[in-house]
Amino acid sequence: MLRVCWKGAHAAALTLVWCVCGRKKPTVKCILNMVFLFCRSNAGKIVAASLLTVGGGLGSTILYAKWDPKFRANIEKSVPYSDQLFEMALGPPPPPLVPLQKKPGKIEPLQISSLSEASKESKQPKAKAKKSDPAPVEAPPAVEEMCNSCTSQFVCVCVGEESKDHHEPALKERPAEEVSARLAQQDKVEQDALAALTAGLEESLGSSAKTTLQAIGAQEAVLTAIATHTNKLKEAMDSQTPPDEKSTQWKALNEALSDRTRAMEEAEEALLKAKGELEILRGVINSAKQSKIDAARPQILAAEENLHSMIVDLDKVVTKVQTAQTEAKIMSQYSELVNEAKAQFQQELANITPEIQANWKGLSGKLSADDLNSLIAHAHRRIDQLNRELAEQRVREQIHIEVALEQQKLEDQKALERAVASALEHRREDMRLEQEKKVQEVREVMEAEMRTQLRRQAAAHTDHLRDVLKVQEQELHEEAQEIMNSKMMEQETHYRRLTQEQLDTFTLDMNAAYARLKGIEEAIDSHVIAEEEARKAHQLWLSVEALNYTLKSAGADSPTEPLEGAVGVIKENCAENEFAQALASALPEESLSRGIYGEASLRARFYDIRRLARRVALIDETRNSLYQYFLSYLQSILLFEREQVAPPAKLAPEDLDTFRLLAYATYSIERGDLELAAKFVNQLRGASQRVAQDWLKEARLTLETKQVISLLLAYANAVGLGTTQAP
Amino acid sequence: MSEKELGQKWDRCLADCAVKFGTGLGLGIVFSVVFFKRRTWPIVFGTGLGLGMAYSNCQNDLRSRYVLHSKVAKEQ
Repeated sequence: MLRVCWKGAHAAALTLVWCVCGRKKPTVKCILNMVFLFCRSNAGKIVAASLLTVGGGLGSTILYAKWDPKFRANIEKSVPYSDQLFEMALGPPPPPLVPLQKKPGKIEPLQISSLSEASKESKQPKAKAKKSDPAPVEAPPAVEEMCNSCTSQFVCVCVGEESKDHHEPALKERPAEEVSARLAQQDKVEQDALAALTAGLEESLGSSAKTTLQAIGAQEAVLTAIATHTNKLKEAMDSQTPPDEKSTQWKALNEALSDRTRAMEEAEEALLKAKGELEILRGVINSAKQSKIDAARPQILAAEENLHSMIVDLDKVVTKVQTAQTEAKIMSQYSELVNEAKAQFQQELANITPEIQANWKGLSGKLSADDLNSLIAHAHRRIDQLNRELAEQRVREQIHIEVALEQQKLEDQKALERAVASALEHRREDMRLEQEKKVQEVREVMEAEMRTQLRRQAAAHTDHLRDVLKVQEQELHEEAQEIMNSKMMEQETHYRRLTQEQLDTFTLDMNAAYARLKGIEEAIDSHVIAEEEARKAHQLWLSVEALNYTLKSAGADSPTEPLEGAVGVIKENCAENEFAQALASALPEESLSRGIYGEASLRARFYDIRRLARRVALIDETRNSLYQYFLSYLQSILLFEREQVAPPAKLAPEDLDTFRLLAYATYSIERGDLELAAKFVNQLRGASQRVAQDWLKEARLTLETKQVISLLLAYANAVGLGTTQAP
Repeated sequence: MSEKELGQKWDRCLADCAVKFGTGLGLGIVFSVVFFKRRTWPIVFGTGLGLGMAYSNCQNDLRSRYVLHSKVAKEQ
């Protein structure tokens, strides 16, 4: 793979070079050529293939991430900069899905509210409110209707409670206001029904009364018509009147007859109507009775009475009419008989005297003697016949009378029965009505009495309650008093105990506090001492630190400040500390007056020393001519050795060679061990020694001072540690 | 500083050498010109004299540390 890459790179470089060497700018043609060349080679093919794969993988990843956000999130999490790439390619990631509400019941109102909010119309909430409003409104009327169908309040309440049971599991006593409201409502409803009922009753009563009156009037008209007719008939039968008026009489009779028939028809109609109305009234009364409203009872009774009286009147009138009719029938029978007899007589006359017209009027003037004789003979014959009939009649009188009596008896019986039946009916009705009335009265009385009794009972109940409450109050009061007393006693004892405890604890606390105070005072005193010590140690430490700090004031080549000041401070501050004083005075004079060189400068200087020492390595007391100097220089130039050599634990005599020593010293000084280096430098002899003299002195000074200062520091630290109190 | 001592000595040495060389050369030239009819040997001689003196001085200077100074104790 690497070779392939290398080959490819090589090829690319070659072509580039060729392009560049062609002295043209890299044109498209040039690049294409390059690519072509690139592609032709095997390496180029492989590289192209790998590029294709990588590109394909990337593209497919991006496409899939576009389709599946979870995948995209995964990739973004795992691959570091993929989120930027995705954002660039696809845009920002889709927001995470909010978990769906698991309460489908609540979704509806949420949607509705959101819709209403979104659309900013108040229709939906209004519709919802409207929908919710009729629902509760429907429930109470249903309950009330149920209540209305009851007679008494308690039943109503029971029903109400039952209906309530359907709604609520627990039974609650309704508040008084609700009950009174309900009662008022019931009363109102009753009143309304009553009013409606009475209105209906009155209406029907009125209409039936009107029709009954009409019927009665019609019947009476019939009576009068019958009476007039009968009179007229009687008059007509009476043959005392002159013939002129007979025709008028007969006309009047006909008129009266037609009147009578008409009147009878009208009466029939009116009767039917009246009967119908009465039936309606009866129906209304029955429905009123079924409605079972107490207050309507007297009205119902009155209506029944009216009905009854109307029926009675109607029946009376009808019986009157019937009697008149029978009388009229008798009269008509009589008139028929008379007419028959007349007709027969006429016929006989006609038989006897056929030429005579059958007209009474022509009869009296145009008769001849024969006619008269035949007429008289006929009349005699007729009289004989009639006498015979009369005798027969007299004989059969009794039988006829008996028969007639029987007939009459039968008719009378029937009439009696009818009358009795109707009277019985009427009596029964009367009795019933009276009974009802009595019942009503008794009921009212009973109601009144029950009310008074209830009132009395209620009063008694309230009295009883009052008494019981009084007694209870008394008992409870006493109980409470007792309890209070006992509690008071308890509290008293408790209080006493507490105060005693308090006193004891207080004395204890006081003692303890006093002891503690004493302890604290001692502790404070010791603290003060310790603090004093600490302060002194601190001061010592500070001054020693100051001294240490002055060491840092060494420049690159210049010495530090003279340590006089700091040492003076130490001497001042730690006058009573002998050790510190001794140490402070142990410092070399030079460091006090002039200061010391820093280690870095000594190090730098050492390399000069080293160079020089190497150069004059051969020079000593015996060899010190200029030639020797030359030789020494030559030696230093030509001698190659390691700059730094680790020094051994023990020095052997061959280690005392200048170069070796210098190597050891270089090593030591490189490791920061100035002391060891100084020791090695101290071993130098001859000119090298002389050359390193000053450096050695300085090094010695520095080392001494540092030693003393470190001692002082250690001492100060120790003292400080000693005085510091552990927390 | 003790290490500078050597350097100072060498400076002195070189300065001295330069002076003596120059002086020698000069005197040689003078003598050559004045007394010896422009022969080269006085120049060379003078230069050599100068250099030799310088060398000797230098050596003495460098040696000065190790030279034991003796005193003849006066007989009392």
